[in-house]
Amino acid sequence: MPGETIALSNPIGDTVKATTCYMCACRCGIHVHLKDGRVRYIEGNPDHPVNRGVLCGKGSAGIMQHYSPARLRSPLIRVGERGEGRFREIGWDEALDIATGWLARIRATDPRRLAFFTGRDQSQALTGFWAKEFGTPNFAAHGGFCSVNMGAAGLYSVGGSFWEFGEPDWEHARLFLLFGVAEDHDSNPIKIGLSRLKARGARIISINPVRTGYSAVADEWVGLRPGTDGLFILSIIHLLLAAERVDLDFLSRYTNGGWLVVRDPGGAGDGLFARDAEGRVLIQDRASRELVEAGRPGTAPRLAGEVRLADGKTALPVFQLLAERYLDPAYAPEAVAARCGITAETIRRIAAEIAEAASATITLPHAWTDSEGVRHAEMHGRPVAMHAMRGISAHSNGFQTCRALHVLQMLIGAVDTPGSWRYKAPYPRPTPPHAPPGGKDVRPETPLSAMPLGMPSGPEDLLVDREGAPQRIDHAFSWEAPLGLHGLMHTVIANAHAGDPYPIDTLFLYMANMAWNSSPEPMETARLLTDKDERTGEYRIPHLIYADAYFSETVAYADLVLPDTTYLERFDCISILDRPIGSAEGPADAIRQPVVAPDRDVRPFQDVLIDLGGRLGLPAFVKPDGTARYASYADYIVHHERRPGIGPLAGWRGNGTQSGRGAPNPSQLEHYIANGCFWRHELPPEAHYFKFANRDYLEAATALGLIEKPERITLQLYAEPLQRFRLAGLGHGDILPPPDLRERVARYCDPLPFWYPPFEQEAADEAEFPLSAITQRPMPMYHSWGSQNAWLRQIHARNFLYIAPGTARALGLEDGEWVKVSSRSGSVTCPVRIMEGVNPLTVWTWNAIGKRAGAWMLAPDAPESRQGFLLNHVIATFLPRRNGRRLPSSDPVTGQAAWYDARVRIEKAARDTAGTLPHPPDLRPPEGLLAAMKRARA
Amino acid sequence: MTPALSVILFTTASGAGYGLLALLGLLVPFGLLPATVWFGLATLVLALALISGGLLSSTLHLGHPERAWRAVTQWRSSWLAREGLAALLTYLPALAFGATWFLARRPTPPAAALGVLAAAGAIVTLFCTSMIYASLRPVRQWRNAWVTPNFLLLGGYSGALSLAAMTHLFHAGASLPCALSLLLGLAAIIAKLFYWRSIDRTPSVSTAETATGLGHLGRVRALDAPHTEENYLMREMGFRIARKHARRLRGLALIIGFVIPLALAIAALILGALPALAAAVMAALLALTGIFIERWLFFAEATHTVMLYYGRAA
Amino acid sequence: MTSLPAPRPGAKKLGLVIDLDTCVGCHACAVNCKEWNKGGPPAPLPDYDPQGAKPDGVWFNRIHTYEAGDGAAGRTVHFPRSCLHCEEPACVTVCPTGASYKRAEDGIVLVNTDLCIGCKLCSWACPYGAREFDEDAGVMKKCTLCIDRIYNDTIPEAQRVPACVATCPAHARHFGDLGDPESAVSKLVRSRGGYDLMPEMGYRPVNKYLPPRKTACRAPALAEAAPDGAKENGGVGERLLAWLDRALSS
Ligand SMILES: Nc1nc2c(c(=O)[nH]1)N[C@H]1C(S)=C(S)[C@@H](COP(=O)(O)OP(=O)(O)OC[C@H]3O[C@@H](n4cnc5c(=O)[nH]c(N)nc54)[C@H](O)[C@@H]3O)O[C@H]1N2
Ligand SMILES: Nc1nc2c(c(=O)[nH]1)N[C@H]1C(S)=C(S)[C@@H](COP(=O)(O)OP(=O)(O)OC[C@H]3O[C@@H](n4cnc5c(=O)[nH]c(N)nc54)[C@H](O)[C@@H]3O)O[C@H]1N2
Ligand code: SF4
Ligand code: SF4
Ligand code: SF4
Ligand code: SF4
Ligand code: SF4
Ligand SMILES: [Mo]
Repeated sequence: MPGETIALSNPIGDTVKATTCYMCACRCGIHVHLKDGRVRYIEGNPDHPVNRGVLCGKGSAGIMQHYSPARLRSPLIRVGERGEGRFREIGWDEALDIATGWLARIRATDPRRLAFFTGRDQSQALTGFWAKEFGTPNFAAHGGFCSVNMGAAGLYSVGGSFWEFGEPDWEHARLFLLFGVAEDHDSNPIKIGLSRLKARGARIISINPVRTGYSAVADEWVGLRPGTDGLFILSIIHLLLAAERVDLDFLSRYTNGGWLVVRDPGGAGDGLFARDAEGRVLIQDRASRELVEAGRPGTAPRLAGEVRLADGKTALPVFQLLAERYLDPAYAPEAVAARCGITAETIRRIAAEIAEAASATITLPHAWTDSEGVRHAEMHGRPVAMHAMRGISAHSNGFQTCRALHVLQMLIGAVDTPGSWRYKAPYPRPTPPHAPPGGKDVRPETPLSAMPLGMPSGPEDLLVDREGAPQRIDHAFSWEAPLGLHGLMHTVIANAHAGDPYPIDTLFLYMANMAWNSSPEPMETARLLTDKDERTGEYRIPHLIYADAYFSETVAYADLVLPDTTYLERFDCISILDRPIGSAEGPADAIRQPVVAPDRDVRPFQDVLIDLGGRLGLPAFVKPDGTARYASYADYIVHHERRPGIGPLAGWRGNGTQSGRGAPNPSQLEHYIANGCFWRHELPPEAHYFKFANRDYLEAATALGLIEKPERITLQLYAEPLQRFRLAGLGHGDILPPPDLRERVARYCDPLPFWYPPFEQEAADEAEFPLSAITQRPMPMYHSWGSQNAWLRQIHARNFLYIAPGTARALGLEDGEWVKVSSRSGSVTCPVRIMEGVNPLTVWTWNAIGKRAGAWMLAPDAPESRQGFLLNHVIATFLPRRNGRRLPSSDPVTGQAAWYDARVRIEKAARDTAGTLPHPPDLRPPEGLLAAMKRARA
Repeated sequence: MTPALSVILFTTASGAGYGLLALLGLLVPFGLLPATVWFGLATLVLALALISGGLLSSTLHLGHPERAWRAVTQWRSSWLAREGLAALLTYLPALAFGATWFLARRPTPPAAALGVLAAAGAIVTLFCTSMIYASLRPVRQWRNAWVTPNFLLLGGYSGALSLAAMTHLFHAGASLPCALSLLLGLAAIIAKLFYWRSIDRTPSVSTAETATGLGHLGRVRALDAPHTEENYLMREMGFRIARKHARRLRGLALIIGFVIPLALAIAALILGALPALAAAVMAALLALTGIFIERWLFFAEATHTVMLYYGRAA
Repeated sequence: MTSLPAPRPGAKKLGLVIDLDTCVGCHACAVNCKEWNKGGPPAPLPDYDPQGAKPDGVWFNRIHTYEAGDGAAGRTVHFPRSCLHCEEPACVTVCPTGASYKRAEDGIVLVNTDLCIGCKLCSWACPYGAREFDEDAGVMKKCTLCIDRIYNDTIPEAQRVPACVATCPAHARHFGDLGDPESAVSKLVRSRGGYDLMPEMGYRPVNKYLPPRKTACRAPALAEAAPDGAKENGGVGERLLAWLDRALSS
């Protein structure tokens, strides 16, 4: 029988090793099956808390990434001009000597002249710490061009945020609203969660200009116009207030809705909270009508009603200010619908749905104790969950829009309650946060006193000089971006080139493809990187060190290339100090372990960084005798302590039984490996909700070292730190914005969320550039990495510009026709594809499919460079100059890159279009890679 | 369906070969053809050459020609296997027919009986070939009642013209083959026209809506294909020919394959000796060329349901 | 044998149920399928021109995206397509060599690549495009329903399901015996109106698709609590106080 020819029970391989996937930032647990020393099969680890056994398309293609012909093979030193691709292979000793030489000179003179920026970095706890030890404030990871609006708005509102730091209560939500999400970092968890919602028949509403992916499976698709979510959300708030359908009990218990705000127009204290002599915020007690400090046991704040303060000034509760603002007819659905590109009917219906679902209280049988010690027999929750990501944050009005969404959550009492959005451990953290960024005390050979990235509470925490000029190369924590919590990676190269605020010596990049898909205007970026000072003949950015694992576009522009391993060849640490993988049920962290040895002359970047730290004599990286403190990253992961008892990994500390806090445990990594490379600490059910005011949770979190004190966290409807910046904008205080920025600061640093048109709308003529242009993450591709992957590139080897049928018709466009897409800053020529499920005033494409010819070891005639394109060419980094000042087109509060603000015009392209434009000259792959590819083919 | 050159060559050549063999086997026993051994042998050799050449060419289409022998094993279910088997089996009476005739120097009754058997084999083989296509439900232009008559008539027609050429070559009376050519040619034209009319008028039962089962939502449009570049399915089943182009080719096939050959056949009937021979040979060659175009169209105009998934018509 | 096994009542019919209501079109199933099978019985699954101008290869599972319906009723639907393990698969019966066969014990349709001559006829006979030609090896390949997983006693029992099912993050793929009316998959098909693709072809696919559904909004419209008149006498502050009094006294 032919059937017998198939062996049914062959073992998959000869060895299985657990580790953590890194085909994207989701950090799923994987089992790697090896056969004869080669990777045979990768599958999801069924026990892993993140992915519970599933594996996405990227993760499943890990094999092809690991064996990619574009892997770098040895350190390289540039021998031609930048961008020419002529390199000499060098050994590690030489490479490290060169790097040490450049860096030591900088550190001995002016550490700021090192700009160290990292992209898809999962070791920010190390890289940031290294920068601090080096003594440069010029450090950030990719958050500033990614989703800092989301992060900052959340941290200053609820002490946590969407992004991957929170999750909907998939098991109890009845209504789920998803704002602007294509994939998110919680790639697999969202998909698992959506299937749970579906299985329970919960309703899903997706607010997104495009109907694909998650929006495709939603019960309702709200295809609004990009950049208008703020209006939509505030209009819903308007309706809920008008209908008196907000959760007053939640507001008075858990938010600052009852906190009194001083009314002193024109005064230096206007808009700040009323405080008593001890500096405690005041409320008016509902029963006694007395002014008492917020949170005093036995009191409850009045949510409305003017009070007179001891100094004679008046004050109003936050809730009243809020209601006054949003009950204004300007927020009525009829007033906003047209701008949002949806009907007023839709807004009313969704508001009604939210109100209805929120009032269907859900009860869980878990008794719990609140932070005042009051025992509750059950947990009551609002089964309305929300999640949002870059669709709302990647706009210049994103910070306030994200704030608006958090305010909506608070108003309906849907924060960390059963059925609502929940914090993932280690969140919530105290809010408003207070952790001033390091960088005021830059001195040669000296570490900063604080980590370079922090969370300012007011003007005194900014990194500005007396004139108000920025002190960081990316202008973060300046008046241009006071809450630039994650830096502004997208401005670094332009500012470094312009020497604004000062020239730098070395740009040190790790894992960020800045010469292509990670920059707006990539052609301009390439120009800046290759531009020379006419007088000296030197590059304006004199040194560029780059650590990548593959031959990306940026490698071609580096002076010194430090080749990293693949994710299957190294230790990594997914630390609670950085981006956690905890869940709403408790904290978790993870490691990566090498499952195969590198077959090339490459080293894990973290090993290299620690090695450099030792060579440079960075205090934390050397022993008292000056020799290297850590032998490797693995050594560092185990032995480094950030604070006593707190290290990169929280599991199996001390003697191997301690969690969270405990002395370093030399056998910690073995414990992790034995447990599938992750640690998870499940909290008891009484600590699963209301964590901001749940005594069991707060105490457990303190014991674990997630927070410092078990104090309740009051959710901030009204964000006072913003008012502090605003007051400076109005001329109060000693630390003032430069005159030409005052109005801007006063306008945008509004302590209550508001909506304003995205900047690009003002910068570009609406009639000339009538369409919004946005991108989406394709599920089977991760930014630029996917195209070198022989499997993934078969799925997306080229991209199209999707356009609504009516819009196409008006332009006389047929499906497949070629168009020229122009913005005020650039143009792209590409083919269109007509689809119904897109907002008529919006065009979109998949992100990062277009490649520079020759990069990634793709053939020069590969579709990625001939028929693929980047939308980045039409996205501007800066606004048109005003008063001689060049401001980024980013969010004015956080500096978040406003990718999705882009405005374009479309016209038919010339008939003889041969391929997408622009088509910059081919990049030349390093000889070593070409030779290896030939050997592999032979 | 993407025209597979080897298969087109095969069906065209072996179609003519089987037609020729069938006519030879059927007409000789009734004394309707020259009984000379050389005529018999030459005609048989021509028929077998056309058949074998075709069969060989068809194996070029295979991924594993060396395993071609396996292709006869599944005759119980597979028309392709049946065709292979019939083709192989037909060699037996055909060769025996030739051998007996040659040995006896004339078509003796046993030879005649073998001739009839060979003719039967030829017809069965042609029938099987047609059924390979006619049984494929995903291709509506193939699963069509006119396909089998088409294959049989075209085989007969091209066989008859070849026979006419052979009779002319052997200076024998060629009026019967010529008349047969005319008859079969006219029948083939009619069958072909009906076939074209049928495929042009019969809409596909399967649509994007039935292929996806999403018709209850409304009109179904393909938005994105699974892979941005072409794959095997699209290369194999996704061939597209413009309607205008197809019409032109249909006309060409009719003129080259039928109108001119038939006119030449009539001319051959009227003309004497050498010109008649030339006309007959020309007629046969042109008919084969025309049928080659027709067969190419048979593929090119055929659509496969799989392309419904790629947003195309079936 | 390319003749189909005689139908037996109660015979196992292993297959997949694909939920178009939850499939988000992530391609995980397609890639994991490729990964699993590239080292399994149908190995290799070649990639042609892997870094070149025409990247293409053999995939047993391909994910399409459609738009269906217009206006508010319209929907985008992601649509995985793989072998349906038909009950009357002409792909098997047309095969001249016996390379294609349908297993009597569970209905799985397979190709024995050692017998295949690469005539491609089976791929013509499959209405669904589920057969994939390996141009390098010159033989036909297809979804095996992961026969080397589902019966593999070297892997944990819970994971003995097809790779595409195990990996699907949205749990849009279900595996089981559709011949058993009481199996979880059969019940799912009944309760959700699972259907056949192109029933008119008469191939009687074993795999079923579950249609997209929509839960409607049933919330009553919001009533404006305080009529706008309130605004005139006293403004928002008064209105709020009245509201709070009402709310807190109740
Ligand atoms: N597969 C895959 N996964 C990834 C990545 C990847 O490259 N590939 N990248 C990772 C990274 S770095 C990040 S930051 C996350 C990002 O995760 P997401 O934020 O989910 O990713 P984006 O593609 O930016 O999706 C933005 C979505 O918002 C919509 N949108 C655009 N403008 C607006 C608007 O004004 N309003 C609303 N409501 N929607 C809008 C877009 O149509 C799109 O669906 O994904 C991570 N995960
Ligand atoms: N138009 C448009 N542009 C965008 C976005 C958008 O939505 N639209 N999104 C923006 C966002 S949110 C982000 S986060 C950025 C993403 O931008 P990046 O962070 O730059 O992400 P990648 O493009 O994936 O580039 C990362 C680099 O890391 C390298 N790499 C991969 N694996 C390893 C490894 O193991 N070690 C080392 N050392 N290097 C490795 C890759 O080869 C690649 O060169 O893109 C931004 N750009
Ligand atoms: S979502 Fe996919 S690529 Fe990202 S970590 Fe998880 S399995 Fe890997
Ligand atoms: S789907 Fe196609 S290949 Fe699979 S059994 Fe049915 S006809 Fe055969
Ligand atoms: S290609 Fe192979 S499996 Fe398909 S019909 Fe031909 S011999 Fe059978
Ligand atoms: S059952 Fe196995 S072979 Fe078939 S599509 Fe799924 S993973 Fe691929
Ligand atoms: S893995 Fe699941 S959700 Fe993703 S494409 Fe396949 S069936 Fe759809
Ligand atoms: Mo990002």
